[in-house]
Amino acid sequence: MITIAIGLSIILLLVVLFLLFRIGTLASIFRGSSQRAAGTTKTSNKVNSILLLLFLIIGGIAFAWSFSASWDEMNQPVASVHGVWTDDLFWTTMVIIGIVFVITQVLLFWYSYKYQHKDDKRAYYYPHNNKVEVIWTMIPAIVMAILVFAGWKTWTNITSAAPADAVVVEVMGKQFNWMVRYPGPDGKLGVTKTTLIDATNEFGIDFSDPNAQDDIVNPLEIHIPKGKPVLFKIRSRDVIHSVFLPHFRQKMDAVPGMPTKFWFVPTKTTADMQSETGNAEFKYEMACTEICGRGHFAMRYVVVVDEPEDFEAWLGEQKAFASQNPDVVAKFQKTAEEKTAAKMEASAKVQ
Amino acid sequence: MSSTDIAIHQTDMHHGHDEHDHDHDQNFIEKYIFSQDHKVIAKQYLFTGIAWAFIGGFLSVLFRLQLGWPEATFSFLEPILGGWVQNGKLDPEFYLALVTMHGTIMVFFVLTAGLSGTFSNFLIPLQIGARDMASGFMNMLSYWIFFLSSVIMFASLFIETGPAGGGWTVYPPLSALPQAISGSALGMTLWLISMALFVVSTLLGGINYITTIINLRTKGMSMTKLPLTIWAFFLTAIVGLLSFPVLLSAALLLIFDRSFGTSFYLSDIYIAGEALSNTGGSPILFQHLFWFLGHPEVYIVIMPAFGIASEVIATNARKPIFGYRAMIGSLMGISVLSIIVWAHHMFVTGMNPFLGSVFMFLTLIIAVPSAVKVFNWLATLWRGNIRFTTPMLFAIGFVSIFISGGLTGIILGNSALDIQLHDTYFVVAHFHLVMGAAAFFGMFCGVYHWYPKMFGRMMDEKLGYVHFWLTFLAVYLVFLPMHYVGIAGFPRRYYNWTGFETFNIFTDLNTFISIAAILGFFAQFVFLFNFIYSMFKGRRSPLNPWHSNTLEWTTPINPGHGNWPGEIPTVYRWPYDYSKPGAAEDYIPQHIPFSETQSSNLPQERVLE
Repeated sequence: MITIAIGLSIILLLVVLFLLFRIGTLASIFRGSSQRAAGTTKTSNKVNSILLLLFLIIGGIAFAWSFSASWDEMNQPVASVHGVWTDDLFWTTMVIIGIVFVITQVLLFWYSYKYQHKDDKRAYYYPHNNKVEVIWTMIPAIVMAILVFAGWKTWTNITSAAPADAVVVEVMGKQFNWMVRYPGPDGKLGVTKTTLIDATNEFGIDFSDPNAQDDIVNPLEIHIPKGKPVLFKIRSRDVIHSVFLPHFRQKMDAVPGMPTKFWFVPTKTTADMQSETGNAEFKYEMACTEICGRGHFAMRYVVVVDEPEDFEAWLGEQKAFASQNPDVVAKFQKTAEEKTAAKMEASAKVQ
Repeated sequence: MSSTDIAIHQTDMHHGHDEHDHDHDQNFIEKYIFSQDHKVIAKQYLFTGIAWAFIGGFLSVLFRLQLGWPEATFSFLEPILGGWVQNGKLDPEFYLALVTMHGTIMVFFVLTAGLSGTFSNFLIPLQIGARDMASGFMNMLSYWIFFLSSVIMFASLFIETGPAGGGWTVYPPLSALPQAISGSALGMTLWLISMALFVVSTLLGGINYITTIINLRTKGMSMTKLPLTIWAFFLTAIVGLLSFPVLLSAALLLIFDRSFGTSFYLSDIYIAGEALSNTGGSPILFQHLFWFLGHPEVYIVIMPAFGIASEVIATNARKPIFGYRAMIGSLMGISVLSIIVWAHHMFVTGMNPFLGSVFMFLTLIIAVPSAVKVFNWLATLWRGNIRFTTPMLFAIGFVSIFISGGLTGIILGNSALDIQLHDTYFVVAHFHLVMGAAAFFGMFCGVYHWYPKMFGRMMDEKLGYVHFWLTFLAVYLVFLPMHYVGIAGFPRRYYNWTGFETFNIFTDLNTFISIAAILGFFAQFVFLFNFIYSMFKGRRSPLNPWHSNTLEWTTPINPGHGNWPGEIPTVYRWPYDYSKPGAAEDYIPQHIPFSETQSSNLPQERVLE
């Protein structure tokens, strides 16, 4: 019943609109406005030019209001050294393009209003002016040169090689969660192979590699120390993912077959952020920003920034994967023993 | 010039024959379906483009519903979407398929085929003074291959595993492995076949446009007397010819990886419980190949709109376009640069950071020719006598939107800033304004302006105004707030964000955007009504309704095949002699010799009398 009522009222509305449209057409024929050249009708020109001016004024005010109202939400607190650089560069560039935006939009709508059609007027024949054109080619060129230089300097600093003492965290993307590995006390990550992956050994760690024995796999949260360089070694085992840490202004794709990396220095612990934002529940989050399938929107991992000593303590508590899964490691020992045995046998035969 | 003369002579004779027994020779199928007349082909492209635009827009309404009301249930969609809605919830993979198909349809089928296909076909012969395209047959093939490609893409919407769902950029391995997402099964195969055909169609069309412009210009129509529309179509076709084949190669290698076990893009993959044997491939290779087309593609989309807007602004401001040569120069600059900036889409893919610096430098240079174009449009409006026809409103809207969207490109082209903004709604807002909405406005501008030439009738002005204002408002209401969300890092292609505290603060803004988008979509039905109604009941068009200078307005109101019943007019002047001091009217069409306009000739034109 309700559907029919809605349907009927929509049809009625359309009929009314159509009748209005017909009446309007007949009225304009009656007024003789269709006899004039297109676009020279007085009322239409007046209405449209005033609307354009109103659009500029009201639209401009609405834009300014909504911009300032959303200011806090769009400026998420920044918690890394390079994040401050890029935020500064971002807002500097925004000011520059903002100036250009205001000037050009104001001129566009103002000229449209001011130079609307008048029967007794004629446009000014002005095909070109080389001097003006050279000037307004040079100005953007110079501004761009400055922006390129600033961007290039920041970019080079951010992408420079990580310091040797950086805390290493390996992040591997898979459908649809992140997996994390710390190198353990020896500071070296063990070798991995795609073919070794199974339900338990999700990284495909080769435990015949001595470096792999103390690797820590999949802690509940990623912990990193404040004020120290942290190097994310990033890869993927199925499709492309992208590691995104919004508060650290950090993003890097996780590509199968091509390890990538990103390093940064966190400047605020989770506790610092909780007091800064006034949100006792605040957590740093890691998200995926490269479309990766059904669960793309749900690849959340919590990152905790600790004071360096707390970080060391936390790291000390973590147990190596090998010690927790002796059966997995045993398999490698067995295969390794078999291999050596086979080798010895072969060499014995040759002898 | 001799070749042109011969062409005119031959077609003249042919045309005489045509007139004699026109109706007996051409049956319905030859005239309207497998037609070789560029005007009919242009209309075919336009109708197909409009149909696609409504489909693409409808898909965006569906995913805006999901984004605007993430907790709501959409049981009322079950009758149309069937199994894709379960218990009132949109399937996440179907959501991804929606955004993928929305992108593919809008970029390729609407804004490439629908825009270039329509206006290059329609305007090139009419504005340069030619009987038809260099090869009418190839032109017809171009449309019908596009149609075939459309049918295949459309069919993919209805298959059980759903259409392609890996994003319109179809990055492998996601697009290569059916195990990764169901859209990468049959849907992706159809996508690849459809796009391969699409490339063929674009190349057939492009070769024709280039050849026609170079060879078939009428007497006196030198390259520097061409309207800016033609320059834009010419350079667009060249850019397309250079870059589309690379998409074909990217697609072919992907087809090999998917179907024949090669490893161009695949390496070290463990998926669905097994390790794949592929080694040595690089997913980054695909991105390089894809964006080698993909970036020029956005200029293929926007350059025809540049041309159309330039023409319409000059005509309706009743002023010569300011800096005609600078306009051509900036188009050339943009064309060249567009081909060497592709990797700015890949700053955070793990590409060597040094390459990032190079591509940032090249990318930001594009701002210069783009700025020149904007300044020239503004200077054209300055001290004009502006007629607010519907096409003029869309042209002004185009400039406004192009500025708004173009400026943020300066931010995204900066690799350091792209780290935070890459794949967020800031990018979505940027490209929807600068190449989506702007190109759409260019297209509307062209449709309203050349409708009288296409159908012999005018579109209704009042409805045009309503359509313009609703659309213009909707565009800003949808895309401005997206910048705010994007600056905060809100990622694109998210089915739902409520799991993240960081992104969970924008619920109201997302609802607002969705409402604006849905209203904007419904405003397009005003256009659709106007478009169809005016074809039959619109006011009859006079010979030159906009008092324009270009050659197409010297043809009869409903030109037949061959365009001009008699001889093709000779061209004596550039197309922008508007409001020339001393002239009787405020426009002097291109075919009027200087000997007839002695009172308005400039000193350097006296010798031409």
